[in-house]
Amino acid sequence: MNILAIDTSTYVMGVALLKDGVPVGEMVTHEKKNHSIRLMPAIRALFNEVEMEPKDLDRMVVSEGPGSYTGVRIGVTTAKTLAWSLGVPVVGVSSMEMLAQNGRYFQGVVSPFFDARRGQVFTGLYRGAEGTMVSEKEDCMTIHEQWLTSLKELDEPVLFLSPDIDKHEELITEILGDLAVFGSAIDCLPRPLELAVVGMNAIVDKQETHTFSPNYHRLAEAEAKWLEANKNNVRDN
Amino acid sequence: MSERESTTILAIETSCDETSVAVVRNGRDVLSNVVSSQIESHKRFGGVVPEIASRHHVEQITFILEEAMKEANVSKDEIDAVAVTEGPGLVGALLVGVNAAKAVAFAWGKPLIGVHHIAGHIYANHIVEELTFPLLTLVVSGGHTELIYMKEHGSYEVIGETRDDAVGEAYDKVARTLGLPYPGGPQMDKLAHEGEAVINFPRAWLEEGSYDFSFSGLKSSVINTLHNAKQRGEQWSNEEIAASFQASVIEVLVTKAMRAAKEKGVNRILLAGGVAANRGLRKTLTEACEKADITLTIPPLKLCTDNAAMIGSAGTFLFWDGKYADDRLNGQAGLMLK
Ligand SMILES: [Zn+2]
Repeated sequence: MNILAIDTSTYVMGVALLKDGVPVGEMVTHEKKNHSIRLMPAIRALFNEVEMEPKDLDRMVVSEGPGSYTGVRIGVTTAKTLAWSLGVPVVGVSSMEMLAQNGRYFQGVVSPFFDARRGQVFTGLYRGAEGTMVSEKEDCMTIHEQWLTSLKELDEPVLFLSPDIDKHEELITEILGDLAVFGSAIDCLPRPLELAVVGMNAIVDKQETHTFSPNYHRLAEAEAKWLEANKNNVRDN
Repeated sequence: MSERESTTILAIETSCDETSVAVVRNGRDVLSNVVSSQIESHKRFGGVVPEIASRHHVEQITFILEEAMKEANVSKDEIDAVAVTEGPGLVGALLVGVNAAKAVAFAWGKPLIGVHHIAGHIYANHIVEELTFPLLTLVVSGGHTELIYMKEHGSYEVIGETRDDAVGEAYDKVARTLGLPYPGGPQMDKLAHEGEAVINFPRAWLEEGSYDFSFSGLKSSVINTLHNAKQRGEQWSNEEIAASFQASVIEVLVTKAMRAAKEKGVNRILLAGGVAANRGLRKTLTEACEKADITLTIPPLKLCTDNAAMIGSAGTFLFWDGKYADDRLNGQAGLMLK
């Protein structure tokens, strides 16, 4: 199976290609630069390098969020429009699941996360099983302190993977003590080839391209405020 | 005009709260022009919420692409290029269209063309009646109020623009003051026709000879008038306020447009943008143009409001000129018209 995988859910820009299910190339940068400008040139360059063409693709895979709203939208828009243009399915993979892959051989649970400001994080909980990651707690947006407290109750080692680890290291250590393990700087960065492989093993529904959209895990601010202000009316109706 | 027998452009427009895709042949034949409006979704917020607009665009984009291709009954092989609005507009909204356009262009191996949104509004007129030069366009919408002189295809000289609110914005703000639901513009126009322009609101002529506009003073004047009337226990009807406000707006727009036409020596005026739907403006401008023996083009409503066919029309001329964009094309909120 030939797959193009795209990840722009954080500042990491990742593009990867599988040919007959085998990784043939990936292009990754960890610069805080504009995804909208750089994504398509990266995709074209990668295709050229490995001498593949868009029409060779059988499937698109993209990190569907959580993450930066704009970043995720650029990846998802590009992926679903490529999928539609080429008549192939698109598979969305949680950006948490993608990042969790880097802890595949860890003995314990893996908690990937992205900072979501004001003490909050996008996170999830995974465990390695025969080389793949299985979700133990659904991805969510939550107050990190509460999340960490619930992890402490598991009473087993937790591997933390995040591009925002510096900002949260102190809190994690404070709550989990010796149970906390921190990924290396490289393990903390999502890799598009991991995404491609997870997406290759996923079951797809071809009808889903049109309705496929990011999984933001959070309402737009105006929407949340409106719902709060109209709580009673909404309930009445 | 072209070495080709026929040029077919797939066009995408997502600069604000409309997701639109069109297929346009030779810059004039609209084979399809699908517009999905989000207005119902934004109504409850009293205006367009950028993040929500962006979310809707992602949800809609391939649906609309497919509908436009189906309705036009063309295959991807018949498409010569993919045109897209690159700006100005809401940046998050623009990004969806731009990245979708890049994806289609890459997948199908077609050239990519970036189009200025206002150029699109101007070229909506070309769909109605072939453009002749030199001409003057009065662009009036929720985001724009501009007088643009063109001596030939693709050449734009902005000779006047608003220094504060766009005219459509002023309409919406006054409508809100009157307690009318969003979007207030069309309702103001309706009320204006039912009332008498009995209040003499100020006309912002600005410096001698200036073609610029300003509507914030007028808006404040309306608010002050309402406030003072309330204190004195008087009352103006909404119809009277709307008619008086509209009279001020239209007089300035039409007078400046006619003066610019005379100075520039043009005998063709185009009306463009969503506010071109305003009946009062259409009527006054039509009368003024008749009197001055100037040909006026006003597109039908569905081509005045944001739509992709106008982007396809403007994009066709860029295609014929070989003005392609590359993979680095980006959405630009404040793109200048050059
Ligand atoms: Zn517009």
